[in-house]
Amino acid sequence: MPTGRTTIAGVALRMPYWVFTGGLAAIFLFPLAWTAVSSVSPHAGTNQVGGWGFGNYVTLAGYQAGIWRYLANSALVSLLTVTLTLLISLLGGYAFARFKFPGKNLLFLATLAILMVPYATLLIPLYVLLSRVGLANSLVGVALVLTMFQLPFATFMMRISFEAVPRELDEAAQVDGCSPFNVLRRVLLPSVKPGLITVGLFAFLAAWNDFMAPLILINDSDQMTLPLAVANLRGQVQGVVDYGATEAGVVVLALPCAILFLLLQRHYVRGFMTGALKG
Amino acid sequence: MVTNLAAQAERPAATGRRFRLRRGGAVLGWLYATPTAVFVALLFALPLLLVFKMSASRWPLLAGDKGLNFPDNYVKAVQNRFFVDSVTFTLKYTILATILLIGLGLGLALLVQESSRWRNLLRASFLIPSALGLASASLLFYVLYSPLAGPAAPLMQRLGLSFLGTPNMALGSTLFLIVWRYAGFYMVLMLVGLQGIPAAVYEAARIDGASQWQLFRRVTLPLLRPTLALSTVLCVTGSLLAFEQFYILTKGGPDNSTISVVQLIYTVAFQGQNDLGVAAALSVIGLLALIVINVAQLRAFRSEGS
Repeated sequence: MPTGRTTIAGVALRMPYWVFTGGLAAIFLFPLAWTAVSSVSPHAGTNQVGGWGFGNYVTLAGYQAGIWRYLANSALVSLLTVTLTLLISLLGGYAFARFKFPGKNLLFLATLAILMVPYATLLIPLYVLLSRVGLANSLVGVALVLTMFQLPFATFMMRISFEAVPRELDEAAQVDGCSPFNVLRRVLLPSVKPGLITVGLFAFLAAWNDFMAPLILINDSDQMTLPLAVANLRGQVQGVVDYGATEAGVVVLALPCAILFLLLQRHYVRGFMTGALKG
Repeated sequence: MVTNLAAQAERPAATGRRFRLRRGGAVLGWLYATPTAVFVALLFALPLLLVFKMSASRWPLLAGDKGLNFPDNYVKAVQNRFFVDSVTFTLKYTILATILLIGLGLGLALLVQESSRWRNLLRASFLIPSALGLASASLLFYVLYSPLAGPAAPLMQRLGLSFLGTPNMALGSTLFLIVWRYAGFYMVLMLVGLQGIPAAVYEAARIDGASQWQLFRRVTLPLLRPTLALSTVLCVTGSLLAFEQFYILTKGGPDNSTISVVQLIYTVAFQGQNDLGVAAALSVIGLLALIVINVAQLRAFRSEGS
């Protein structure tokens, strides 16, 4: 049977498939492309009325405390969440994969149980608890909460990453006189690096994009994160929505995510697959 | 290699040390697990206990704990004028979103199953919206659907329609946003499941003369059951807890027709009523309902499988 891929008839036969799948891809890409283009194109009722340019970004930059403030807030929350998540899940994954200790299974199940509880169910008591310990309205508080929500995925991911490393490797290192901490640092850390990248990527995307935790935990407009600021931006100008500035905000929000996705696509897909294998 | 030789010379000592390590393993294990335990205890277990207490106490947003009042909050929660509507709407939305996402996720996965340069490109384009936050995606579609700035605005105006104007249009438009944002995610889950089906099974069925449809119906679907079960549980859970898409895109409208349960919780807690007690009661009801629904789903998938 001829494969037909290179013959003219074969190409003609595959045309409908290409048109159909290409059309589907276009549907998925169109909203992103349209937003990026119209954020710099002229439109009545925005700060970019005549000609092309970055007028909408200027509006965005001057909104309330200024976009730099909100970018800095979002960056702080993301950085803190990623650092804490990496640190805790690295140590926790090592403990769950390589040690036997009483309460191990209970602690692991409790960590996974975080997935089972609705976001809102935890955020309301957390709002009360954080204000009792002086973390009301605090970006650090938001980062702590977001780290907790990352732990089920991160701990699971790091545990299976450690378990995939042959035990002979750390046993050999221990025989050579390495302490367990040095085994982790010198021998295991390089082997679990892909797992760490996946965990870090997911923690960043979650923290950068999270809306509900800052919405509930932050009241002060100076402490808002970027998604919150862009959402509030709508309808601030005498009840008229500045669509141009909103588009610019979406672009600023989406750009880091899209770049990271394109750079780390393999790690991104791997994270999803881990989620799938769990079932 | 010098260290290696030195280690070999000291082997008896090293073995003794290893023995000590193994005995101390429990302590060390706990040491490494402590950060996890602290986070789980303080930021998960403690709030979970507190939410039960709050649900049984009078607890205004600003004044704080005013003592037990069980079961007042639960009565108020159920009697809230949006309670029945929001539950009905959330269930309707969940069923529609789950059917759409599982169906389209599987469809997309079958389209791009075998790897080629074109299909890798397709996969990436289906997947890239899932890197955006749901809030960003909702804001994006808020502009896209706008009757003033959206690309389809002139066409919709001529047709006399509006994306968010009627309850059904608003629901449909939200579902489109959700499919756009999540279809790639479910596609990847399905791809993983499809990869787990051994090629030999397909070959055997093909030799037996099975048609494409029979292959799909009799081989793919049954062997994909674990993946379908997991995806359904994930999708149902996520949809029952929907918030951002309604808070940002439809704002619960038109005519309060698109209020989800989580949105109701947020409104009761922070907008207007400012009653954390009733919000906590609603959260507890939501948590219990979620557990019941998930257990029921897992049972259903298991009994169907046997």
